[in-house]
Amino acid sequence: MQKLTVPTLLLAMTGVVVFMSHQEYIDLYIQSVIMFMGVNIILSSSFNIVNGYMGEFACGHAGFMAVGAYVTSILNVMLFTDDKVFGNALLSPELAVFLFPVTLLVGGVAAALAGVLVAIPSFKTRDDYLAIITIAANYIIISTIINMDSIGGARGFMGMKKVLFAMDDSLSVPWILIWVMVFTIGTVFIIRRFVSSTYGKGIIAIKQDEVAAEIMSVNTNRMKLVAFMLSSGLAGIAGGLFAHILGYINPNSFGILKSTECLVMVYLGGMGSLSGSVLSAIIFTLLLESLRFVLPWMDTVLHYAHLLPDGYELSQVWKWVIIPLILILLMQFRPEGIMGNRELSDIFPGLKRFYSFK
Amino acid sequence: MSLLQITNMSKTFGGLRAVSDFSISLEGQELIALIGPNGAGKTTVFNMVSGFYSPTEGSLVFKGKNLAGLKPHQVTALGIARTFQNIRLWHDMTVLENIQISQHYNLGYNLLDAFLRSGRYMKNEKRLTDRGYEILEALDLKAFALEKPKNLPYGLQRRVEIARALSINPSLLLLDEPAAGLNSADVKDLIKLIKWIHGEFKIAIWMIEHQMDVVMSLCSWIKVIDFGVTIAEGTPEQIQKNPDVIKAYLGDENI
Repeated sequence: MQKLTVPTLLLAMTGVVVFMSHQEYIDLYIQSVIMFMGVNIILSSSFNIVNGYMGEFACGHAGFMAVGAYVTSILNVMLFTDDKVFGNALLSPELAVFLFPVTLLVGGVAAALAGVLVAIPSFKTRDDYLAIITIAANYIIISTIINMDSIGGARGFMGMKKVLFAMDDSLSVPWILIWVMVFTIGTVFIIRRFVSSTYGKGIIAIKQDEVAAEIMSVNTNRMKLVAFMLSSGLAGIAGGLFAHILGYINPNSFGILKSTECLVMVYLGGMGSLSGSVLSAIIFTLLLESLRFVLPWMDTVLHYAHLLPDGYELSQVWKWVIIPLILILLMQFRPEGIMGNRELSDIFPGLKRFYSFK
Repeated sequence: MSLLQITNMSKTFGGLRAVSDFSISLEGQELIALIGPNGAGKTTVFNMVSGFYSPTEGSLVFKGKNLAGLKPHQVTALGIARTFQNIRLWHDMTVLENIQISQHYNLGYNLLDAFLRSGRYMKNEKRLTDRGYEILEALDLKAFALEKPKNLPYGLQRRVEIARALSINPSLLLLDEPAAGLNSADVKDLIKLIKWIHGEFKIAIWMIEHQMDVVMSLCSWIKVIDFGVTIAEGTPEQIQKNPDVIKAYLGDENI
């Protein structure tokens, strides 16, 4: 009973959202907001493994997202669609429905392998130096993609919509929405199991005292490798989903700005709090989307009040002032984030009746 | 065969010879001490035995196995546990979790089992919890199992750290200044505890300690080093009368 409440609730929620999308009760815009929420939940909770639970300061999460996005997209375009560069479909497009999750996982594995790029330096390096290495790794990945002309280089890569159409031809349900929800729930699920096992708590031991961890028989190098690979692998899956939601990807959308978004989400939610990560990803997505409406509205108001010169328009670029500003305010006034390192059940003990969060 | 055999172990940091030609042989159930003035190289010796530093020269053989090139976690898995001068517990986890995580050398399941919560995972997690309670019970710490170490008084934290070290079933326990920072009542408890552990677990205990009453009342053999060089060894009575030791601690009388 206690164990089943939350899974039942999640299943019901997924069912309702998918049904309403299918029946077009909720429009494509809201659907896309829900999907970005899912992608952001995967990003923030997976980033939390390294930055929150293990206490490292990595800042190149978007790089691994890029690896997953490109590998999954290229694989899908190559296998299921006729493309100018990759030629005719290698497999029948009907198989796309079944193989789509597999290609996502392949993208995740590729991103996990890219994660080794920062895991190995992390054996000897910590703190600021590791932060620099992760930024460098992010740039290495982005520049590699920009310089590969066969996959579009700086122009970006497209064709993923055709994969979605192929899936839609087999059975007309909102496939991408379903997979986003399944992978989001799955991600949170396995992260929770990982950090609540004695095996996974090894990374929390590394954060609290690495020397003690090593002396008390925790293989710190292996745990770091596992944490970085799990974190970047899940980011890769988020990237694959992101690519198929948009139908178009560009290497520059996985740059340092995207990594900063991930950082903001983790610090907003609280380091080492899984429910905090989920909550902050939802809040952050809603905040970004609301700016779409708030900024034009503020533009009108400020012009009306003659506070802005006539020639100047308050554009969406201001988003990039507001997000870093949130980070500054957060670090000043609530450095531990919304949840600190507590889970929902620590704040509302009544919830324990329904589910054990740890 | 002896438990631990250290032969002519030396360590140099750049031009500094921190430890030179250190040799010792432990049979299995001794209670010995390594003493010396501050900066004599005592902790460096411990760091080499536990695998943090690799000796520049000389060899370390534990249970017939050469320790050269082993990582600290591998050395621990062989059966050498240690505590630290400044207590190094995981302060934001419970006392029980501190013990459980120290069983990483013997988890009995892998990452996939943790994701799937397989039978093997369930069985072994239960074993780890039982092991945790067992060791805490033995050291009278069961009441604090779900407390965080940072909320415990210093003396108890020291006890928890010793419990954590014992939880890996060591054959050799290294205690780095166990009495540091304790008040006199706590020191008395500590002496009792170490004596009890030595009798109960039948293991070798090797400590670094500055408080002479602790060393003199516990140890049967004492080794003294100064500037990395062994200047004396013997029973407590011999050490107390040794002129070299007195000189190292108090200085030479004719300057």
